[in-house]
Amino acid sequence: IWLTSIRPLSLAGHVGFDSLPDQLVNKSICQGFCFNILCIGETGIGKSTLMDTLFNTNFENFESSHFEPQVKLRAQTYDLQESNVRLRLTVVNTVGFGDQMNKQESYQPVVDYIDRQFESYLQEELKIKRSLHNYHDSRVHACLYFISPSGHSLKSLDLVTMKKLDSKVNIIPVIAKADTISKSELHKFKIKIMSELVSNGVQIYQFPLDDETVAKVNTTMNGHLPFAVVGSTEEVSVGNKMVKARQYPWGVVQVENESHCDFVKLREMLICVNMEDLREQTHTRHYELYRRCKLEEMGFKDTGPECKPVSLQQTYEAKRQEFLVELQKREDEMRQMFVQRVKEKESELKEAERELQSRFEQLKRLHADEKSALEEKKRLLDDDQSSFGKRRAAAQLLQAQSLTANGKKDKDRKK
Amino acid sequence: MITAAHANNPNPYIQGTDLFGYVGIEAVLDQMRRKTIKAGLEFNIMVVGQSGLGKSTLVNTLFKSKVSRKSCTPNYEEKISKTVKLHSVSHVIEEKGVKMKLTVIDTPGFGDQINNDNCWDPIVKHINEQYEKYLREEININRKRRIPDSRVHCCIYFLPATGHRLRPIDVEFMKRLGKIVSIVPVIAKADTLTIEERHEFKERIREDLTVNGIDVYPQREYDEDPEERVLNDRIRESLPFAVVGTDKEHQVNGNKVLGRKTKWGIIEVENVAHCEFANLRDLLIRSHLQDLKDVTHDVHYETYRVRRLNESNVDFSDLSRSARPLENGCADKCESDSHL
Repeated sequence: IWLTSIRPLSLAGHVGFDSLPDQLVNKSICQGFCFNILCIGETGIGKSTLMDTLFNTNFENFESSHFEPQVKLRAQTYDLQESNVRLRLTVVNTVGFGDQMNKQESYQPVVDYIDRQFESYLQEELKIKRSLHNYHDSRVHACLYFISPSGHSLKSLDLVTMKKLDSKVNIIPVIAKADTISKSELHKFKIKIMSELVSNGVQIYQFPLDDETVAKVNTTMNGHLPFAVVGSTEEVSVGNKMVKARQYPWGVVQVENESHCDFVKLREMLICVNMEDLREQTHTRHYELYRRCKLEEMGFKDTGPECKPVSLQQTYEAKRQEFLVELQKREDEMRQMFVQRVKEKESELKEAERELQSRFEQLKRLHADEKSALEEKKRLLDDDQSSFGKRRAAAQLLQAQSLTANGKKDKDRKK
Repeated sequence: MITAAHANNPNPYIQGTDLFGYVGIEAVLDQMRRKTIKAGLEFNIMVVGQSGLGKSTLVNTLFKSKVSRKSCTPNYEEKISKTVKLHSVSHVIEEKGVKMKLTVIDTPGFGDQINNDNCWDPIVKHINEQYEKYLREEININRKRRIPDSRVHCCIYFLPATGHRLRPIDVEFMKRLGKIVSIVPVIAKADTLTIEERHEFKERIREDLTVNGIDVYPQREYDEDPEERVLNDRIRESLPFAVVGTDKEHQVNGNKVLGRKTKWGIIEVENVAHCEFANLRDLLIRSHLQDLKDVTHDVHYETYRVRRLNESNVDFSDLSRSARPLENGCADKCESDSHL
């Protein structure tokens, strides 16, 4: 094969491949899109309400109790449609986050969930017969981290959790229930949060600046992070319109009013401008990192010990040999254990047999003793009997003699 | 308000919900469009046929520029080569902001020898080599962000306009290659056939294709929904396209058209009453470009991958099992036995 160097050519007329993006878009419209959001935040901080407000609908929600023993995650999938775009949205909420007394392990279920989704994608990708284009992508594309509006700084739980997640998912921090903070406090709060994130090395999601069409708006938005949001599905009439708002005795906080809160900015950034980029980053950065780590952990490398490229096949063959050897070892071990057990059982049985034998002997001896004792008695009895018999015989003889003597005497007298 | 889309969904947890107002989900279409334009695309097309059938001219006409090897090689000679060689030429063309890296793979020498046994071997080898290259990149630990795609997306097979039927070489080639790449057969130099001859020729070719079990693009089994089936059925009924290619322009009724001038008239290439070039162009570029790439990636590449992984016994799903400690020695042993 010989190739010429790639050079740009000019076209003499309309060819028509500029319709390719449209072809691609049409295909995606037929297939539908997938988007998965993970919401992390304390119980009652407004995660479900914000999701309802963002997607302008009423997801099935129920209040969670504050007494969960461990952090759990609840995922719900919905099919939404706007004009001709079908979106399969999965919303994953943490349940019981921040409620436990000991929060050291709180981040673990979240990390496990994210890893599980990566793992099942990796498994599908590594299968021989796979169907990736039909695969329901459940990997988390965006993680909204809800910060409590304390007005001071981040909690250590927040920092620890975000640090654990920043290399696994696109984190977008939001300040929840922002209507409890005044504007000036909010400004200071945001600065404090961002500086804490930077000083702790937490990498949050930055809106991409490489596409000129959106670079400008993304740069501005990057400067407004974290977004201070207020969520509400109730409508209040303001002026002559019905708007989504929260009504207080002292006023009405309008959700979609940009001077009241950053909700509109969040919606813009999350959905209208960067949804595709979030999905792309998840696939090309976070998933690839997971895949690389997982495969390296299993012992696969791209280059061998002399830095020569090792094909996956060779490594796999080596691994397989290892595996078989280990299997063999296990088998031997089990066999040995079995033999050992048999020996033990045998000796146990022998021991029991011996014991039984000795008991038998003992009994036998006992019997023999008794028997001889009885025989002795019998002999004595016999002796007694025989001596008695002799005495009787002697007595009888004496009696008979005396009788005959008496008879003779009588006879003599009569004459 | 939750609509009852349950009935259509086999999954119990997925519900359809109504949106109460504007959310902005449809903006994702624009985002996708922008990203595609920015990333650009790669398209690899292979032309196969005997010399003199007008392959280079047709490709030049399709892409309205001098993309074929003939036009690019400095010392091009019309020599018939002794073996089938493959020549690949790449260009970057741009239209309305969309950049395309087009690679045209030419196969000089195909079908030109006296003994054409196994003349498809170098071609099959080349196609499989591209799949292999992609597979190697894909299974790397450290993967590139975008794997360079040199796989052949479409193979245009040129049938000479004999007017009779498919020849043995045509049948053999299409049978073998139809399994690994999307073939689009075309009748070359179709200006030698009248319309009736053309119809009969096409019918006979379609018959031959069915009889020999040859599946050409668009394949029936990959139609995803009834709409697509209707569309593709219409295309299948008019296959193979009878094409004429040229890069010369002539004046017809005051317009400049691409055409071949002969003593008995001007054959307008882009006129659908004259030849089916426009249909071919629309199929390949304007409507099914993405689909060709998708079928190559989702079907042909996957088939290759399955075969390749099976024959070297590299079962990746075993990878994870070997990393976890054996809980039940006997069960795993049984599994590994069946694997061996």
